[in-house]
Amino acid sequence: MNLRAIQAIYVNEMSRFFRTILQSFVSPVISTSLYFVVFGAAIGSRIQEVEGVTYAAFIVPGLVMLSVIMQSISNASFGIYFPKFVGTFFELLSAPVNFLEIVIGFVGAAATKALFIGAVILGTAAVFVDLQIQHPFAMVAFLVLTCLAFSLMGFIIGIWAKNFEQLQLVPLLIVTPLVFLGGSFYSTTMLPEFWQKVTLFNPVLYLISGFRWAFFGIADVPVGWSLLAIAAFFGICLLIVARIFQTGWRLRD
Amino acid sequence: MSAILQIRDLRKVYDGGFEALKGVTLDIEEGEILALLGPNGAGKTTLISTLCGITEPTSGSATVAGFDIKTQYRQARELIGLVPQEINLEPFSYVGANLHFSRGLFGKPRDDAKVEDVLRKLALWDKRANRVRELSGGMKRRVLIGKALAHEPRVLFLDEPTAGVDVALRKEMWDVVADLKAAGVTIILTTHYIEEAEAMADRVAVIRGGEILMVEKTADLMSRLGRKELTVELREPLTEVPAALSDYDLQLSADGTALTYSYDTQAERTGIAGLMRAFTDAGIVLKDLHTSQSSLEDIFVDLVEEGADT
Repeated sequence: MNLRAIQAIYVNEMSRFFRTILQSFVSPVISTSLYFVVFGAAIGSRIQEVEGVTYAAFIVPGLVMLSVIMQSISNASFGIYFPKFVGTFFELLSAPVNFLEIVIGFVGAAATKALFIGAVILGTAAVFVDLQIQHPFAMVAFLVLTCLAFSLMGFIIGIWAKNFEQLQLVPLLIVTPLVFLGGSFYSTTMLPEFWQKVTLFNPVLYLISGFRWAFFGIADVPVGWSLLAIAAFFGICLLIVARIFQTGWRLRD
Repeated sequence: MSAILQIRDLRKVYDGGFEALKGVTLDIEEGEILALLGPNGAGKTTLISTLCGITEPTSGSATVAGFDIKTQYRQARELIGLVPQEINLEPFSYVGANLHFSRGLFGKPRDDAKVEDVLRKLALWDKRANRVRELSGGMKRRVLIGKALAHEPRVLFLDEPTAGVDVALRKEMWDVVADLKAAGVTIILTTHYIEEAEAMADRVAVIRGGEILMVEKTADLMSRLGRKELTVELREPLTEVPAALSDYDLQLSADGTALTYSYDTQAERTGIAGLMRAFTDAGIVLKDLHTSQSSLEDIFVDLVEEGADT
């Protein structure tokens, strides 16, 4: 294992994050505050409690997941696409590193950034609502796994993308709808029975459900399924990345 | 001297079916400078990319200091530094951080003194805290060399180090290369500036159409294939080549003040002595004379054209 290479990639990626630390910090604080003003105070006051939890508190896990998923994808996809774009990617290919080391460096950094932003959002949320976390360890575990899994997915998108438009395409057309329709802002029990069944095919539902369970002890699907879903998603992404590096797809001419 | 780089029957066929390398076999000695000379599309960059791990060879093998580039890629690549043709740098990154990154990527522990040393040698120490985008083109190129040297490679590939570079900077690059050679680094440079190969290289390998046409010591190549030209400046201009000198294939300059005689240095008789006598007999008074060797460029063009005919 070329640990120094992993460290070099990680530090290099994080330095880009620290160069823009202020906007990394400010924008989630502002957007989260807006969500609370709109959903928590303005609309939320007219929505009844969801399974004993105020609506403002209920949306916190979904809100964190929404940001963390989008951040993981955009950080990781940009992180690996940028070297391809400016041409510095050759150095990674010619260095004594294997694909796992490259992935750990890039995905680790992307996940770290997403985790940081998730923590900022949670902190902001705590200002607005009285947060209770029933299973803190499970909460952290879900958060970390989600960051890692979606950073991996972002990594794949970054390798696949041939231009900046494509970089935005998957998050915009697939991930955003899945996250919004995965129960970020509602419980699936609020849906008609048919749509409850359909929602079960949305993988993001399992993440949000499990994450929400860690906070309030309530879930749309059994928490075991949630863990299984995220582990499976992580595994699939890892297999795809391994295959990409094996074949050199979009990496080598 | 032993071969630090051994290339055996290396082939590369791209997905489209284009055969960029047609079985290249080449030994490169430790400490030498080898110029890989060839026209555009000859396979120079493909050869370098394949040796450095950027493209996968279709068949064949290569070793660096005995380490196979595929099965022992870690050990092999640790010994290699690559300076690419294009200026590939992150515009917002810092010069110093760039070198530290490259060093780490190649598995070497952080070493501020070593990085400082490289930066100073490349006259970049004052720019260490600058962003790449603030640098001139020549400085950027030196940052690329710095990145390639940061992990102390024993073999350095320079892919067209002076392409699109002005004369002053080209000289500067040559000095950098000379210093590296003095430090014992083996250097493989690609170029299509023949004067570059002539000025720097110990040996020249001519590559065309994915094949090595020949590998020879630069000096041997020059003398073996080289023709010399003798230019005679005349005191009195001539309107035509005198009949007495018609046995020699002489060219009269446009203003009639100089005669040029071309001869083969390797021939049994160069004909110079006879020519001199003939001048005296014809009563032509010489003002000055000098000889010049035909450049590697002429040799190269001859070779490539020969190859094209077959």
